[in-house]
Amino acid sequence: MKKLTAAMVAVAGVAFAASASAATLDDVKAKGHIQCGVSQGLPGFSNADDSGDWTGLDVDMCRAVAAAVFGDSNAVKFTPLSAKQRFTALASGEVDILSRNTTWTMTRDTQLGLNFAGVNYYDGQGMMVPTSLGVTSATELDGANICTNTGTTTELNITDFFRANSMSFNLVAFEKADEVVAAYDAGRCDVYTTDRSGLAAQRGKLTAPDAHMVLSEIISKEPLGPVVRQGDDQWFNIVRWSLNAMINAEEMGVSSSNVNNLKFDANITPAVARLIGKEGNFGEELGLSNDWAYNILMQVGNYAESYEANVTPLGLARGVNALWSDGGILYAAPIR
Amino acid sequence: MQQLSLKSIIYDARMRGYFYQVFILSCLSFGFWWLIDNTVTNLADRGKTVGFGFLSENAGFQISATLGTWLFDYNVGQSSYLDVYFIGIANTFLVAILGIAGATIIGFTVGIMRLSKNFIVRSFATVYIELLRNIPLLLQLFFWYFAVLRALPSKRDKIEIIPDVAAMNITGLYLPAPIIEPGFIYSVTAFVVAIIITLVMKSWAQKRQFETGQRFPVLWTALGLIFGLTMLTFWITGNPMSWSYPEFKMTGAILRRGFQSGSGMVLVPEMLAVWLALTLYTAAFIAEIVRAGILAVAKGQTEAAYSIGMRPGMTLRLIIIPQALRVIIPPLTSQYLNLTKNSSLAVAIAYPELVSIFAGTALNQVGKEIEMIFMMMMVYLTFSLATAAFMNWFNARVKLVER
Ligand SMILES: N[C@@H](CCC(=O)N[C@@H](CS)C(=O)NCC(=O)O)C(=O)O
Repeated sequence: MKKLTAAMVAVAGVAFAASASAATLDDVKAKGHIQCGVSQGLPGFSNADDSGDWTGLDVDMCRAVAAAVFGDSNAVKFTPLSAKQRFTALASGEVDILSRNTTWTMTRDTQLGLNFAGVNYYDGQGMMVPTSLGVTSATELDGANICTNTGTTTELNITDFFRANSMSFNLVAFEKADEVVAAYDAGRCDVYTTDRSGLAAQRGKLTAPDAHMVLSEIISKEPLGPVVRQGDDQWFNIVRWSLNAMINAEEMGVSSSNVNNLKFDANITPAVARLIGKEGNFGEELGLSNDWAYNILMQVGNYAESYEANVTPLGLARGVNALWSDGGILYAAPIR
Repeated sequence: MQQLSLKSIIYDARMRGYFYQVFILSCLSFGFWWLIDNTVTNLADRGKTVGFGFLSENAGFQISATLGTWLFDYNVGQSSYLDVYFIGIANTFLVAILGIAGATIIGFTVGIMRLSKNFIVRSFATVYIELLRNIPLLLQLFFWYFAVLRALPSKRDKIEIIPDVAAMNITGLYLPAPIIEPGFIYSVTAFVVAIIITLVMKSWAQKRQFETGQRFPVLWTALGLIFGLTMLTFWITGNPMSWSYPEFKMTGAILRRGFQSGSGMVLVPEMLAVWLALTLYTAAFIAEIVRAGILAVAKGQTEAAYSIGMRPGMTLRLIIIPQALRVIIPPLTSQYLNLTKNSSLAVAIAYPELVSIFAGTALNQVGKEIEMIFMMMMVYLTFSLATAAFMNWFNARVKLVER
C-alpha cells in the first residue's frame, strides 16, 4: 500500500513540477542543501552508522558536490533508495543527484532520460556460492536458484549469461539487498549475484562469511557513477567536474593534507594553480566560486583518499580503478 | 427566452446556474490540459517520450516460476513487457483470491470463537486478533517468509507430505500438475451444464414446495448430477487429463539435484509466505467485523427462535447469520480491497506480483513511469470496482426485506 502511494506521488511529481525546473543549482541554493540519493546500506559505498552518519565512496561524491556548491561538505541530506525506486526518485525531483552504485548503460541514457556525470568505480558482476557446493566455475551453474536485487542490470546480465550458455536457472529477485542476503544465507538460493563490489560489501552480513566464495568469472561491465536528470547542463557539469577534480587531484598529488599549504605556495605548477583556484576562473564558469575544488579537496579529499578510507577496508584493491598513470583506467579530463 | 447578458448571469437563477457549470467545466478542462501539457513538456525536457510502444518490446529478465509465468508461457527473449504485465496481474490475483478465501474462513471462525462461552477458546481468539492486528503487515511478511525458509530442508532434501505426491523443501511446495489434453473442454462444459441444470431444478423445487408442500431431495440430485455428468463425459471422451508428479533426483550435477523442473508443479515459498501473511493479518480484522455483526443482532431474536422450538444450530444459520450479514458485508468488502492492495508488499520478499515485476523491474528497464503506473492503477481500480459491485449485489440479496 505504501509502495503504491509512493509510486503515485512520484508520478504526480513529474506532472506538477513546473516545466522550468531546469536550474537545479538555483533550487539547491534556495534550499541550502543537496538532496542525494544513496543505497539503503552498502558498506564502503553508502552506509549509515548507528548515529545516522553516512560514509562511503558514493557518499563522498555527494559531499564533494556540496563542498563545491556551498563550501560545506555537510550541506547534504541523504535519501536511501532501493534499486527499484532510484530512477523515479531522480526523475521526479525527490533527489538532485543519484550516487548509488548505478551502472551507466545506454537505455538509462536514452529511454530513462538520465545523464551519467562520469564513473567513480569500474565494476563487473560476480557470483557468490557456498564453498560446500564444490562449484568452481560459473559454467557449472545449470539449474541454480539465484538471488538478486530487482530493478537492476544484474537481473538482465544473469539472464543473458545463462541464455548464452544454454543453462536454466530460477531467479528470486528482492527489492532490498538485506533480504537478498538473508534469503541466500537461509539457503533459498545456490548463488548470490550482484556487482563484485556489492558482493564484497554484503559478504560481512552473512552468518559465516568464510563459508562462501566468489567465482572467478566477471560476467559484465558495470561502470558505476553519479547520475543527474537530463536537460540541466550546468548541474551536470558541476557533478562531472567535482568528480574530475578528485581524480585529477590524486594524479597531481594534491590531497586534504597538503592543499592548504599549496594555496600559499608560490612554486606550484600551473595545473595545480588552476585546480585550486589560484589561476583562471573555472569555478565561476560553473556558476560556483573559484575555490570550489579547493573546498572539495580540503573537506573530502582526493579520489585515493576516499577510496582508501572506504573501499580498501572491504579488501578490494584499486585494480582497474587505479589511475591510468598507475596502470588502471581512471582518466579524468584536464581542468583548463 | 432570456437574453444572455451580464445582468442575467447575476440575477437570473437559471442563467447563473449555467454560467457556473460552464465556468467550472472550463476550469477543470484547463486544469487537465495544463497537467498533461506540463507532463509531456517535463518529460521532453528529459529526453523522454510518451507512449505505449514499449509494451511490444522483449523483456530481458527472468521471472521466478509462478502461476503467471506458467499461464503466459514466459520465455526470456521472446515474451514482451505486455506479457510481464499479464503475469503480474495473474500473480496478484492469485494471492488476492487465495487470501480472500483463507481470510474469510479463518476470520469467521475466529470471530465466532471470540463469542464462545468457553474461556480458553475465547481468550485464544482475543489474543490472535490483538496480536495480528497490531503488528505491521510488512513485519509479519518477513516473519513468515524467513520462518518458512528456516523451517524447511535444503534444496537437495525434502519433507514428504504424501509420499510421491506432495513434498516440500526450501524451494517450494511440490504438487502434482494436471496435464490437460484437447478433449478436456467437454468435461468442463458438462460441469457447467450440470450446475445450470441444478440451479433451474432448485428454483423449480422451491416453487413446488411452496405450492404443494412436497419436498425434493435437491442436494443429492445436484451432487449426483454434477459429479455424475462430469465424470461420465470425462470417461466417454477418453480420460483427457493426466497428472504429472514431482520428480526428485539425487544424482547428476550438484545444482541439478533435488526436484526437477518440468515435473509436477511448485508453489514457491515467496507465494506461500505472502498468502499466509495476508490471510492471517486480514482474518484478524474480519474476525472483529464478524463479532460486531453477530452482536448487532438483538438477543430477543435468539430467544424468539428458541421459543418457537428452533435448535441452536438452526437459529444461528437461519436467524442470526442472515441478519448479521447485513452488518458484516460492507466492512468486509473494504477488507477484501485492503487485502488486494496489501499484496503489493510482496515485492519485499521477491514474489513476482504486479507492482514488483511490472511497476518495478520492467519500469526500471524502460522508464515509462506515467504509462506504467497508469496501467497498474487501472488493474487495482478494476479489481476494486468488480469486488465492490459483487459485494453490493450480494448485500442486496441478503438485505432484510421489509414488509
Ligand atoms: N549496478 C547495478 C546494481 C545496483 C544495486 O542495486 N545493487 C544492489 C546490490 S549490491 C544494492 O546496491 N543494494 C543496496 C540497497 O538495497 O540499497 C545497477 O545499477 O543496476
